Amino acid sequence: MAHIALDQFGRKPHQVARTFLLYCLLIGLGCLFAMPLVWLISTSLKSSEQVGAWPPIWIPYPPQWQNYAVAWTTGHVSLYFVNTAIITLLATIGQLITASMAAYGFARLRFPGREFLFAVLLATLMLPYVVTLIPTYILFKNLSWLNTFKPLIVPAYFGGGAFYIFLLRQFFKTLPTEIFEQATIDGASNYRIYYQILLPLSKPALSTVAIFGFMQHWNDFLAPLIYINSPEKFTLALGLRQFIQRTEVRYQEMMAMALMMTLPILLVFFFFQQYFIRGVVMTGIKG
Amino acid sequence: MRQDALPVQEREPAAQRPSKPRGIWTSSIRRREAFDGYIFILPWFLGLLIFILGPFVAGFYYSLTEYDSLLAPQWLGLENYERILFIDPRFWLAVYNTAWYVTAAVVPQVILGLLLALLLNQKVRGITFFRTIFFMPSIVPIVASVALFIFILHDRFGLLNEILFQIFGFVGPHWLTSPDWSKPSLVIWSLWGIGGGMIIYLAGLQGIPETLYEAAAIDGAGALRCFWKITIPLISPTIFFVLIMGIIGSFQIFTPVFLLGGTNYGQAAAGPMDSLLFWVVYIYNQGFFYFRMGYASAIAWLLFIVLVILTLIQFRLAGRWVYYEDEATNR
Repeated sequence: MAHIALDQFGRKPHQVARTFLLYCLLIGLGCLFAMPLVWLISTSLKSSEQVGAWPPIWIPYPPQWQNYAVAWTTGHVSLYFVNTAIITLLATIGQLITASMAAYGFARLRFPGREFLFAVLLATLMLPYVVTLIPTYILFKNLSWLNTFKPLIVPAYFGGGAFYIFLLRQFFKTLPTEIFEQATIDGASNYRIYYQILLPLSKPALSTVAIFGFMQHWNDFLAPLIYINSPEKFTLALGLRQFIQRTEVRYQEMMAMALMMTLPILLVFFFFQQYFIRGVVMTGIKG
Repeated sequence: MRQDALPVQEREPAAQRPSKPRGIWTSSIRRREAFDGYIFILPWFLGLLIFILGPFVAGFYYSLTEYDSLLAPQWLGLENYERILFIDPRFWLAVYNTAWYVTAAVVPQVILGLLLALLLNQKVRGITFFRTIFFMPSIVPIVASVALFIFILHDRFGLLNEILFQIFGFVGPHWLTSPDWSKPSLVIWSLWGIGGGMIIYLAGLQGIPETLYEAAAIDGAGALRCFWKITIPLISPTIFFVLIMGIIGSFQIFTPVFLLGGTNYGQAAAGPMDSLLFWVVYIYNQGFFYFRMGYASAIAWLLFIVLVILTLIQFRLAGRWVYYEDEATNR
């Protein structure tokens, strides 16, 4: 077994075999995991005859781009896109502001009851959402907020979710204390420190929260389902559900719409991949 | 305010901030800090009262009433709970279905997720590309991924049954439309999103210092031994995290069932022959389909109680197998 540590002179046969096996596994499993998404894209470009054909057509020719046009108009995608974007944008902004505020309070300011309140915050992380679902619905009903965007946006301005506060607090804790102490000695108020020192220093963590928040609101299904009734206020998730539950299902258009809903998420993922991973790392390590 | 601020100063152990010059922290600055602290957490605190604690308590009250969300709640006492636990067979069906799904979905999530992470932790060329491939499905919007799997698992022209038939000559089951296969179908769907847990494991694995493996190799430990004696103990907190979050998440499965509900809008969705009647699905159906808000709240509270008990048991058991590094080094 000693060869593991000694092997520095080129590859031995067993290592070549190991690497080969590794790639076989990676490629095999990779294909399995990639297949559904590839199938989604390829189906969205098929004609109705090609959809159920055997052998399966992976690269449809000619690509039926009009599936997207049809899905766009019959699925009212432009309207739902705007609705979803408004909700997502406003809710994510609220999350960023109030979650970072609370996280700053918990990470840097000392006040009586802080540890207790933080423990409460952690406890709410594990609270199943269904326990508060019905009373929250009744609350919004009594406020006459049903069938408006308010139930989907306003709660984000009240802390924005324990998970994000926790994530930001962990990050704020890693910033060197000296910066804050020096600013205090120089006479900066805590509000100025928050706004002019903390936030600019925390761009990576704030980006992580922004991306997670964006995904959460963009993908949300249950809340729009419960709170929105009129079709002109639907989000993309509700619009896609209409597509799924239509009596006469046209899969190529359903897949086109599913892809249109997924595309912004994938774009954000590819451009901000590092923040995704960082966010997961920050939550994972702590357990 | 002055009264409030003083006890903190006393409670703060001097050893915790040894370098702090005491003189700067006069009590007025301390008071200012505490006041600002409350201001900063105020939005969260109001949210806690309005959107979490308030509804939490209100839900318990509703669970003791009959309430259709239009007329005022009628006091019932524990009648809802009695009905649910002793009379309603559909509740127990929902418990059974949920237990089935949670077990079948979380076990592979925890084990296969770890194996996948081990595979993707190998240092070979192009590994980031493969990580992306495995992680991507977990960020696809749930509605989109369900739409996709409804198509893939279609009994006649779905890709899976086509492959089963054309290549293996095997007539595949009616996945989503048969009561026997609907739950396994959802497990297959959930497996596609395993990359979320995988990436958490990967983070844990990369936190393990390389030197431990080098030392073990010099001492003559094989790969398998390294895995059981180094890898597993050191990522056991991550396993625990994935397990807890997986259970809480799977317990609340709802969206795919609702989307599968089929074309008949006039019916509460519960899968073929109620085979997908899960706990949260039942809550939704009672509350938002039949408008029995009191009854639904009671079912929701039972879910809460069960999850609390399960989580407590797991934290208890965690003491036996989860290894926390800082605990060990502090000893």
